[in-house]
Amino acid sequence: MTVNPAIQGREFPPVPPYLVGREKVREFARAVLATSPLHHDPDAARAAGYADVVAPPTFAVVIQEATLAQLLADPDAGIDFSRVVHGDQRFSFGRPIVAGDELTATLRVSSVKSLGGNSMVTAETTVTDHDGAHVVTAISTLVVRGDE
Amino acid sequence: MTMQHTGLELDGLAVGQVVAEKDYHFSRDTLVRYAGASGDFNPIHYRDDVAASVGLPGVLAHGMLTMGVAVQPVVEAVGDPGRVTDYQVRFTRPVVVDPQNGVDVSVMAKVGAILAEESSARIDLVVTVGGTTVLGKAQVRVLLR
Repeated sequence: MTVNPAIQGREFPPVPPYLVGREKVREFARAVLATSPLHHDPDAARAAGYADVVAPPTFAVVIQEATLAQLLADPDAGIDFSRVVHGDQRFSFGRPIVAGDELTATLRVSSVKSLGGNSMVTAETTVTDHDGAHVVTAISTLVVRGDE
Repeated sequence: MTMQHTGLELDGLAVGQVVAEKDYHFSRDTLVRYAGASGDFNPIHYRDDVAASVGLPGVLAHGMLTMGVAVQPVVEAVGDPGRVTDYQVRFTRPVVVDPQNGVDVSVMAKVGAILAEESSARIDLVVTVGGTTVLGKAQVRVLLR
């Protein structure tokens, strides 16, 4: 199985909206050893100008994950999950994620490259809020090891 | 070792200045907790037999756990997680988590660039385990007053 270079430029349909829960933000914050009161205390978050508790920066991966699952499950993409290594990751924020956000994520394959028998697939997931405004773009490069 | 400068401001920042340094301990419990919170249940992050069967030196920390923790000293220094406007890393070396002793991860955050026209600074992270770097090009952009 090899990665299909024709998936470069392909956009997948948006995944069902994700509703950001306050307890999920707190749980994720504890899991990444985040101590800011803005993750845990709605009053502290409101005092800082936010509608509710603020998610840690990498919480966006939870939203992105469903779109990566879409890409990996597509037989036409030809990505063997058992050969995938996460190469790099980036989050570019329009604004922070806060509890109560209803977020929609759409993945686009921005590039497919071959490098020394491996494939490098870069996937860009755009996350927008209920009003269609940009919240964050999550970019992952997956290294897919070639057949040995 | 903990050294915090809370309420970081753009004025007076200098390229190369260390803004935060902190050590973290990852145990297997840390990994299980992160698996549950993130939904990443890949068994290489909690099962020794599965890790060994795919040729790994042991159970590994989720790369996204290391990424998520490594930005925390910056968030604490800035005082507001909403001021992180961009964050990227490259996963260069796996972090093996011993079942008994866990592993210690050290983070040093220093100013990489001052972006005065955007009221921002780029903070570069040096993330090491036993003196060896585990993340490459780990850069955080923060909005400062």
